Amino acid sequence: MVLTLWRQPAVRVLLLAIAAVLCLLGFMTINVQTDWAFILQHRGSRLLALLLAASAIGLSTVLFQTITHSRLLTPALMGFDVLFVLVNTLVLLIFGGAELAGWPNSLRVGLQMLLMVGLALLLFRLLFSGSVRSLHLMILLGMLAGMLFRELSELGARVLDPSEFGISSGVRQASFSRVNTELLAVSAVALTLGGLLLLRWRRYLDVLSLGRDIAVNLGVAHGRVVLGIMAVVAIMVSVATVLVGPTLFFGLLIANLAYWITGTQRHRWTLPASVLAGIICLVGGQVLLEQLLASTLPLALVIELAGGLLFIALLLRGVRQ
Amino acid sequence: MTDSRFSPSRASRAGALWLLLLLALVLVLAVCSLNVGASRLNLLNVLTADPDDRVSKILFASRLPRTLALILAGAALAVAGAILQMMARNRLVDTSTTGPMAAAALGMLVLAIALPDGLPLWARFLLVSGFAAGGILLFLGVLQRIPLRSALIVPLVGLIIAGVVHAGSGLIAHHFDLSQSLRAWNSGDFSAVLRGRYELLWVAAGLTLAAMLLADRFTVIGMGRDFAVNIGVNYGLLMAIGVALVAMIVGSVVVTAGVIPFIGLVAPNVVRVLTGDNLRRAVPMIALLGAAILLAADLLGRLLIHPYEVPSSNLLSIAGCVVFLAVLLHGRKQWS
Repeated sequence: MVLTLWRQPAVRVLLLAIAAVLCLLGFMTINVQTDWAFILQHRGSRLLALLLAASAIGLSTVLFQTITHSRLLTPALMGFDVLFVLVNTLVLLIFGGAELAGWPNSLRVGLQMLLMVGLALLLFRLLFSGSVRSLHLMILLGMLAGMLFRELSELGARVLDPSEFGISSGVRQASFSRVNTELLAVSAVALTLGGLLLLRWRRYLDVLSLGRDIAVNLGVAHGRVVLGIMAVVAIMVSVATVLVGPTLFFGLLIANLAYWITGTQRHRWTLPASVLAGIICLVGGQVLLEQLLASTLPLALVIELAGGLLFIALLLRGVRQ
Repeated sequence: MTDSRFSPSRASRAGALWLLLLLALVLVLAVCSLNVGASRLNLLNVLTADPDDRVSKILFASRLPRTLALILAGAALAVAGAILQMMARNRLVDTSTTGPMAAAALGMLVLAIALPDGLPLWARFLLVSGFAAGGILLFLGVLQRIPLRSALIVPLVGLIIAGVVHAGSGLIAHHFDLSQSLRAWNSGDFSAVLRGRYELLWVAAGLTLAAMLLADRFTVIGMGRDFAVNIGVNYGLLMAIGVALVAMIVGSVVVTAGVIPFIGLVAPNVVRVLTGDNLRRAVPMIALLGAAILLAADLLGRLLIHPYEVPSSNLLSIAGCVVFLAVLLHGRKQWS
């Protein structure tokens, strides 16, 4: 009885949700020494940013893996996170820093996301149109594209502001402790928008993971739906990068945790599970490192290290098979 | 079959032509490099002015050392890349994309932590070269342990090893509050090169020369262990010499300027397209092209946001990624 219950994905996701809620409670209540109003505001906004980032990364990674039929490729690994950083620099280069300072945040981020969706769709069409068949080639192309985007945005930053380059260069590394809370509202709106778009295609997702031919056979307008989902992925990658900066292996880690925990391919379970796994890693990890261990080690480094090891393990398993 | 296009004499004539063209290119770029900088110089004044003049001071204390350093380092890194490609039996690898450079940067970090008071130059050079050798051995060792069914696994494994070493260094640097220094070592440039601060690169020049003399032996190495042993080459000894040469070239460049990426990937592959696979004939051209690439990158970096500078590593990474991507996409059918 207990065993059959345990096999149900619903039960597993429920347990994951309970664990996530415990992490949230821990984040808000452990080591509170000042008055609650301050804590609510300070930790609350950080918590919200982490929740949004975990949702954006979890959803975008699982969706991307569905449309690319791979458990190894992620948006971050294919250079999409860094592409958004590059878009950020490009917008600054084109419109000028002083000019942009007068704009409202929502307009600036909205423009960046629009550009990002366009460029991401272009890159996606280029890489996944069927001409690249080897998984190893795809990973190499993605890693090099990411490196190219990073170096280009670094060059852009130097051209923009040669003297203050050192100050701005710190912004382009992922950090889960210094999240960008100014852009919370914009990010929340964009994420909701992406979620609503996703609702339109939710029935197609499980069919898409069966492969292109079967999906077309079952009456899915494959090309259009895949591009639509890729646009949603691009929006979510933008949200995550705005909030915590570019990550590399975090998405891979939580998506594969979600598959492993739910033990199913159904998106109704894997999508929420990846978000919950993301929340547990980010919020729980933050509580563990900051409050319980009192360590100064940045959570981003620890998570990326764990994700990197997982990547190597998955890759080696593929090579040996 | 007497197709004149493949006759040896014709090939060597074409090779000689390319060699002369590359030599001219390096000379032109070197003269440009002597002329470009924060203060204006007229090179002709040097001939007439007395040695204590401002012009000759700038020239001999800063411009000439920098230009020489660029030529020596570029040539050495290109040749080191070619040798590493023979040892790994794969054309898509470089010292910067497989571990040696990242390991050398880790060596710089470990030195800064363990011996903050500093060591004499030769000791730093030897220790950093030791780390670079460790990086090469790690890469070659991992390659031996996995089945290499596709040519792409080798550069992929290399990038991952470099990434792991890089991430590990980042973690250590963060703990010791040296992230800023690590970033400086990882983005190499020649702006700090003055007289007295680049002479280590003459060691690299000697190593480059040694590598040129041994070039045909490394061609044999590139054909695999069995073949090499079969025709009477001491495989183990040559591999050890190769590791030492590459490691000391990487060590001398990283100690002098920091990590300089992708030259060892781009130069050998371009020369291979121009003249084919014979390393003995190609290696002088590889060296010249490496020097030209580094001179051009440094020159562009000095001109782009004059009077500020963009590190040459930044520009080299961009160019190197583009070339690498082009090579991969061009040959995508053969790898699928």
